[in-house]
Amino acid sequence: MLAYIVRRILYALPILIGVNLLTFWLFFIVNSPDEMARMQLGQKRVTPEAIEKWKQERGYDKALFYNTQAEGGAAFTNTIFFEKSVRLFVFDFGSADDGRDIGYDIRQRMMPSLALAIPVFTVGLLVYITFALIIAFFRATYVDYLGVVLAVALMSISTLFYIIGGQFVVSKLLHLVPISGYDGGLAAIKFLVLPVLVGIIGGVGASTRFYRTIFLEEMSKDYVRTARAKGMAERVVLFKHVLKNAMIPILTGVVIAIPLLFMGSLITESFFGIPGLGSYTIDAIRAQDFGIVRSMVFLGSVLYILGLLLTDLSYTLVDPRVRLS
Amino acid sequence: MIQHRGLWIFIVLLAVAAGVLFTMPVKPVVLWTDALVYVLVVTLAAFFSYVRSKPHLLAPWQQVLRRPLAVAALVVLSAYVVVGLLDSVHFRPPLPQQGEYKGEDKTVHYSVEVLSLLDIVLTPLRNTVERSYSSPLATHLYSKELQQQADGSRVRDYARLKYGGAHLVNPQADYAADIAQRSVNALLQAAVAWAVLVLLWSVFLARRARKKLADFLRDVARGKTALPWRVIFVCVGALLLMITVIIELGLPYHLLGTDKVGNDVLYLSLKSIRTGLVIGTLTTLVMLPFAVLLGIMAGHYRGWIDDVIQYIYTTLNSIPGVLLIAAAILSVDLYIANNPGLFETVVERADLRLLFLCLILGITSWTGLCRLLRGETLKLRELDYIQAATAFGMSNNKIITRHILPNVMHIVLIAVVLDFSGLVLAEAVLSYIGVGVDPSMISWGNMINSARLEMAREPVVWWSLLAALGFMFFLVLAANLFSDAVRDAFDPRTGRGIH
Repeated sequence: MLAYIVRRILYALPILIGVNLLTFWLFFIVNSPDEMARMQLGQKRVTPEAIEKWKQERGYDKALFYNTQAEGGAAFTNTIFFEKSVRLFVFDFGSADDGRDIGYDIRQRMMPSLALAIPVFTVGLLVYITFALIIAFFRATYVDYLGVVLAVALMSISTLFYIIGGQFVVSKLLHLVPISGYDGGLAAIKFLVLPVLVGIIGGVGASTRFYRTIFLEEMSKDYVRTARAKGMAERVVLFKHVLKNAMIPILTGVVIAIPLLFMGSLITESFFGIPGLGSYTIDAIRAQDFGIVRSMVFLGSVLYILGLLLTDLSYTLVDPRVRLS
Repeated sequence: MIQHRGLWIFIVLLAVAAGVLFTMPVKPVVLWTDALVYVLVVTLAAFFSYVRSKPHLLAPWQQVLRRPLAVAALVVLSAYVVVGLLDSVHFRPPLPQQGEYKGEDKTVHYSVEVLSLLDIVLTPLRNTVERSYSSPLATHLYSKELQQQADGSRVRDYARLKYGGAHLVNPQADYAADIAQRSVNALLQAAVAWAVLVLLWSVFLARRARKKLADFLRDVARGKTALPWRVIFVCVGALLLMITVIIELGLPYHLLGTDKVGNDVLYLSLKSIRTGLVIGTLTTLVMLPFAVLLGIMAGHYRGWIDDVIQYIYTTLNSIPGVLLIAAAILSVDLYIANNPGLFETVVERADLRLLFLCLILGITSWTGLCRLLRGETLKLRELDYIQAATAFGMSNNKIITRHILPNVMHIVLIAVVLDFSGLVLAEAVLSYIGVGVDPSMISWGNMINSARLEMAREPVVWWSLLAALGFMFFLVLAANLFSDAVRDAFDPRTGRGIH
């Protein structure tokens, strides 16, 4: 087991290097730091001195890969690639355009993100599975048909509608919770109720339909027929046998999403003014702060790879037939 | 050749249309996305013409067309596609010649404004620009402003609209009656048009089915025809009603209100259709060759090729999609900002950004299909007939094109259809973040984005938000229902047992 994990982590390294090279290429080769400076400072009447100053403040005035002016190891370390990309591997994110430490900001903003993402994830999963079970119980009846059509209709509505509509009805018309904002500690609850609700409702269509197909696939298997042939009640078959076995594809499917919960949800956080990593990313994209975007790309890929690893491990935990090799 | 007659007629019609356009006194503009849309249309026409000639390929499509919901969705989708195609033929109209130069200078100068055929059709909607917000079917502006009275005094009041309800002499008294009258007119016109259309269509269909017209109509009414004609006729009726409502109420009034700068919201919503369709279809079009080629190669050759391809798609997949799109679009923005001379018109610039958005979305979304195809190819290559082909010394190219490709096409098709609705929805979200289509381009995402501030106004401006969401909802719903039917018909797993 341990050897397997170590090997997987070693496999992850080339992928992270690839991600790093790709983002480096996008941000420094496709567009040179000069062009970035010109865009940030405004197109017209920008002096070369201003560009140099802008680059120097951010450490973009060095050579890309190999610094001919430096000696020894510094020829490699005193470059943009080393300063901006290689350091990400030790989670040294550097500082943003406004001088703040990105690593500190990320640590600060992780908690609000999780406070929103974890309830949406757990409660959502429970709700979706319950709905899917109910629909599966009434399969091939009008309940099933209506449920599926409703699910398709719900998943055809843009997330933005749920957010804007929810804010409008709950906050603006009914004055039940604040429209947006955040507070530390337990006071955060009143700010989180609506976003969590919106997050759950936003996913209800697609997820219910997805879990329904998993349940139906499971119900067409032989052991279910055997259970029915033994004279078991449909209720027992569904909750005792099907639910347990369907948990394997469901669990392994959701495990990959767990590490990514840290990244927060872009749209919801930004609409509700929650100071999490999602709104951090959006603000960075809007302000064209490349340092933050690069850090978030790297963090996101690390978490994704962690999710892949956890998925494989969870297979062995829930399904004894699977062995790691 | 005879079975491809339909295709040839189609191509000739396209050529004639192009010829007519080129001889008109306008300057045709073929945007990048336009060209790709034409390629897509011709490819689709060729594909369906081929499918029609092969019974085994036609069978699952016939199964799709037997489902009433799928057919209804198809009618709705076709309506969207027609609007989108009309909006994909662009040109620049000539400017009127300056008075004093008339006669001497024969060179025609063209407007920098790029129009499409849809703009021409919707000219009455496009040109009736008010001063600011007005609610649906309003006769007055939505907010009070200072007005000069006849006697010179100034009052703050709701100003009359320049176009909306301008035909009413006394809006307070005549408004309700006028709206009612026009609604009834629209209903009547739609009913007459529908009856004529259905009758003519039925005569044609009955003759083809060698049935009496009365028998055929009875079958239709009972829903006993092979194709669900009853559903088709009902949907067409609904579409006709919408058209007559637009003619009767949308021309004299602003059916869906106007936005901040006074543009008709109905016009904006209709113009957004092309943006949505382009993103939904071209994205798949650009990613398809990569996904299919790499997926099949990885599964077929295995070994180091498989390792490399798996490495590429895991790397791309591990970057959060939105961030990759954001990073790439920021780069494109930089490029556009630093090369302003490359584009003659704003539309061309916006179009290039749209194309890049499709490319980037394609890059982030091909990995799933690639992995599916790799898995399927791995399974296929162990089957007897491919083992036999290998044993006979068939070349790899031939095995892939003859034996593997046709047998994974159903996966490709399902993926294409399933991706569409997600991409249309993604456009709105990306435009909100600021990495979607160009802000100057009319799209549902941009409409929703501006609606954010409108919802905070007092009183609330709700119509452009609801219009954008509504238009988007029906497109996505139709696409979802249609793709469900396609999946059920083509996926051997869900075809039996589950349903």
